[in-house]
Amino acid sequence: MSASEIGFLALALLAVIGAAGVVLIDNPVRSALCLVLNFFVLGFIYFTLGAPMIGITQIMVYAGAIMVLFLFVIMMLKRQGAMAKPDKPDSRLGLAVVLGLALAVTVYATVIAPQGVTLPLGIKDYGTPQAVGVSLFTNFVWPFEVVSVLLLVGIVGSIMLAKRRI
Amino acid sequence: MDWLIALRDGTGPLGQWGPIVLGVIRVLLFVVPILTLVPGLIWWERRLLSWMQDRIGPNRTGTITFPESFPLAGLRGKKVRTFGLLQPIADGVKLFFKEDATPAAVDRLVYFTAPAVALFPAFALGGTLPIASLRYPFEAAGSGIFAFFTPVANVDIGILYVLAISSLGVYGVVLAGYASNNKYSLMGGLRASAQLISYELAMAMSLACVVMASGSMKIPDIVAFQEGPLWGFVNGVQNWAIFTPYGLVAAVIFVICMIAETNRAPFDLPEAENELIAGYHTEYSSMKFAVFFMGEYAAMFVFSGVFAAVFLGGANLMPFRWEQLSSDFPAMAGLFRGLAYANYWLGPVAFLAKQAAGITFFIWLRATLPRLRYDQLMNLGWKSLLPMGVANFIVVGLWVVCTQMFGPAGGFASLLGAFVVLFVLYTNLVGAAKTSTPGIQKRGIKMVDPTPQGVTMVDPNKV
Repeated sequence: MSASEIGFLALALLAVIGAAGVVLIDNPVRSALCLVLNFFVLGFIYFTLGAPMIGITQIMVYAGAIMVLFLFVIMMLKRQGAMAKPDKPDSRLGLAVVLGLALAVTVYATVIAPQGVTLPLGIKDYGTPQAVGVSLFTNFVWPFEVVSVLLLVGIVGSIMLAKRRI
Repeated sequence: MDWLIALRDGTGPLGQWGPIVLGVIRVLLFVVPILTLVPGLIWWERRLLSWMQDRIGPNRTGTITFPESFPLAGLRGKKVRTFGLLQPIADGVKLFFKEDATPAAVDRLVYFTAPAVALFPAFALGGTLPIASLRYPFEAAGSGIFAFFTPVANVDIGILYVLAISSLGVYGVVLAGYASNNKYSLMGGLRASAQLISYELAMAMSLACVVMASGSMKIPDIVAFQEGPLWGFVNGVQNWAIFTPYGLVAAVIFVICMIAETNRAPFDLPEAENELIAGYHTEYSSMKFAVFFMGEYAAMFVFSGVFAAVFLGGANLMPFRWEQLSSDFPAMAGLFRGLAYANYWLGPVAFLAKQAAGITFFIWLRATLPRLRYDQLMNLGWKSLLPMGVANFIVVGLWVVCTQMFGPAGGFASLLGAFVVLFVLYTNLVGAAKTSTPGIQKRGIKMVDPTPQGVTMVDPNKV
């Protein structure tokens, strides 16, 4: 096993632990913290794939800003401690397991089995800020502008909702 | 230098481990000075605050008075003063031996991780920060010996890395506030999360201005950009960002945001002692408290470094382009050449001096300004700094384009035009806000009338 595979496995393990923690832990704050861990480690996985731009954006936006807002809201609400557990086991659990396994098999059959587990196939330096910026402002300038208008609409809408009197 | 190159490229005696060893050395060279200087900073802060408040401050610890019966005749009855420099050591010993009380109802896992989480971003923040000049005078970029030792990682995302890590800084405070199971701590944590989110944006905008002007997110490249001629045409002076009009605005925004990000006075609402006892670290004692304290000082130190690198020309002691001057004035070429080399070798010292100046500024502000009210804090962040940062960002774009198209005069003309437009816009908006809304009422002062009839309200406008 090469060094990069060991690094990937370690990071992936952490990310999976974080993701599992989000759904398995009862305490909402700890659950949110697991999500922070997951986002943070995901950023590092992007680094190992040679995409520093998206990795640092992942850490800055998700781990640094969005999760802080999540925590803010969770802490603002009444502290409930552990959530009450249902008396009988959830009947949807079996269905979830089946569908999850189906997803895993599909991913294996369509992606991993035909291609094998290989190193990233991107062009060299495809993930640097320069490359991302150039492609944003040449090939993808139209979607980029549309998304920025969408975000503006979102901002204005949220202000409309939040303020009673403007 | 050959063995360093071999070490870096993994071809030296250490083989593949060479780059890793070099990386560890870089990290140590960055972190150890911070760790050793933090106690000194605490002493400096206490002394400086005392002087500014007309007190003396800790000046006794470490003063040795030799008795009259001392064996060495020359020292009998003499006093050796250290100006209280040993005070931090005494403080450290005290902190180590204090009782480490853990309240019963805390969320233990989070409670114990919070100090570590608070310390991590403070140290990691400087990962892309060059503490010395990377270019040997009269040679190509990256030619100096310092280029092997700083920054820890010279990656393309330099500035974004600083922003990302500083945005993680809030977790220590929020988690401490939550885990302490204490109303005041929780409120401190909530305040911190809102405050840091708000000021993060304005900070990003101010840094984006410099990034746009210099055309790179690598901090060493930003420093190199600042070593160019001032405004593009004053040959002998360096183009430090703070000397440029847009850079000055960005620097002011950055300084304010940097103080807010480190939770220092006047933005220390998360630990406002007269409202929240000590805010998020109320329930922490002994070394766990010390870790928070150290994180705050380390963050101040590193943020001062970011400011020095991005706005104050990095590791250049003075804003003069010695190499250019030595070719412009052949008569004094030797002097200027010497100064260029001195500037290079004294780079780390100059950088440290700039950091020290930054920290002194932090302390000065703490002694001068009263704490902001919460709504003032939010208004400053969202209604003043962020619009100012965005406007400045547009102005930088104009400046860059006009300078490229019409030369420096075009740049200044665009600046003037932008100023006029912004001024008109601002006055009109303020006028519109005044007429359209009954709006922001002035807060009157409720004065109590000490008459026997009881309390009456006095109209503040008639007093």
